[in-house]
Amino acid sequence: MSALLSLTGVTAFYGAIQALRGIDLTVEKGEIVTLIGANGAGKSTLMMTICGSPRARDGQIVHEGQDITAWPTHLIMRRRIAQAPEGRRIFNRMTVHENLLMGAEVAGRTDTTDGLDQVFTLFPRLKERIGQRGGTLSGGEQQMLAIGRALMSRPTLLLLDEPSLGLAPLVVRQIFGAIRDLNRTTGLTVLLVEQNAYQALRLAHRGYVLVNGSITMAGTGAELLARPEIRAAYLEGGHT
Amino acid sequence: MAYALQQLINGVTLGMIYGLIAVGYTMVYGIIGMINFAHGDVFMVGSFLSLIALLGLAALGITSVPLALALTLIFAAGIAALYGWTIERVAYRPLRGSFRLAPLISAIGMSITLQNFVQVSQGARVKPIEAIIPGGIQIMDQGGFAVRLSWMQIAIVVITMSILGIFTWLVTKTPLGRTMRACEQDLKMASLLGIDTDRTISLTFVIGAALAAVAGFMFLLYYGVIDFYIGFIAGVKAFTAAVLGGIGSLPGAVLGGLLIGLIEVFWSAYFSVEYKDVAAFAILIVVLIFMPTGILGRAEVEKV
Repeated sequence: MSALLSLTGVTAFYGAIQALRGIDLTVEKGEIVTLIGANGAGKSTLMMTICGSPRARDGQIVHEGQDITAWPTHLIMRRRIAQAPEGRRIFNRMTVHENLLMGAEVAGRTDTTDGLDQVFTLFPRLKERIGQRGGTLSGGEQQMLAIGRALMSRPTLLLLDEPSLGLAPLVVRQIFGAIRDLNRTTGLTVLLVEQNAYQALRLAHRGYVLVNGSITMAGTGAELLARPEIRAAYLEGGHT
Repeated sequence: MAYALQQLINGVTLGMIYGLIAVGYTMVYGIIGMINFAHGDVFMVGSFLSLIALLGLAALGITSVPLALALTLIFAAGIAALYGWTIERVAYRPLRGSFRLAPLISAIGMSITLQNFVQVSQGARVKPIEAIIPGGIQIMDQGGFAVRLSWMQIAIVVITMSILGIFTWLVTKTPLGRTMRACEQDLKMASLLGIDTDRTISLTFVIGAALAAVAGFMFLLYYGVIDFYIGFIAGVKAFTAAVLGGIGSLPGAVLGGLLIGLIEVFWSAYFSVEYKDVAAFAILIVVLIFMPTGILGRAEVEKV
């Protein structure tokens, strides 16, 4: 059986600057795959390139057997791929409820009640804030909202970009716990970008290490955690 | 007192027309951060389309005034909407992602194109039209000065208010409006949610152009004369209104339109007609110095 998502030799540019240099990566159905790396390594660019913004210049992105490399963003996202992007990108002047409904837009906004129930079960805090504007939420709540919004489309592949950024450890644990639960109970496939390498590798089935736009290492979460160079580069110095 | 009341009525009427045009400026700015300088000319095209429709309907022998007006309004708004769609498709979309000034320059080019197109195809002379809704009511009479409220003025206020009412409902309450607001707040995120942002942008231009055509229709009926150049002045005024009210804000556009209309009319009545535009633009400068975001505009506060 072919992979849910596979990238071969993908390159991407921002203007003249090359951000991705021939990425090969696969995500199997039901996996949690993490992508770790330092600031500016190209992690977020990789997430956005999968979604067609920026479009890959070379290489191929295949999703469920379909080459989506040259597709426009909105059509890619209609293949039940959802992203909670870098910086959360909450609609600040919309209520929590409206933000969540926007997430269901792809699915044709039919049965939003089920989706809302699922999100509120995961993040009860959002239910309390339902009428509040996105911009007035705390950072952690905004992150929950970003993930909740992504889940509203009932995705089969969830792309999560730095869900732990700037959040208190307790909130991070809560969010990572939610991701694990979703993966176990619904078989949701997750591609997770993280700077918090320790937590990400413990959560993930497999991981990739991205350095300067290239993948330098790959392996299972446990394997990568055991590698001395990973420990030296990403784990030591209080990243736990 | 009576004189001032009359000016108030005239100012509100004029302000409504400016407000309708300003909505188009503010919507387009809100969604793609661009000033559509051709918008005033779409207004002008709308008033020419209304004129053509009215004359055409008269030639066809349709004598019922309400029917003729309704058909004219639909025709003008429909064709102008097509203009709006085409302008965006031809002049702005290919430049998206280009440097910031590119679509602005393209818009100025589009404005000149429309003016010249109408000048060549319709002639440069002013086009007069007979009053279609004559008469009105006399509200009061003070020392020989009669305060009059014409049916036309009532019609303008009623039509504008109802269109703005429908429009506000559309933007705030419907899924379509929610999509538009999402695109206005974060175009890239909207596309990540599977929204065809190009389609939403097109729709914004279509709605803006239709509203401008309604304004053009009312301008024609109210003043009775139009020429190919009315779009420039009205466009600049409406743009001023949009900035004054806070560009990007829909209620701001209407409020700004009303203020510009009132300022212009009162200045003409009490000081000098020649300097009415100076007054309007001077107020704009003062507002921009002390309230850079306009009256109802919001300073962008981003939570990181």
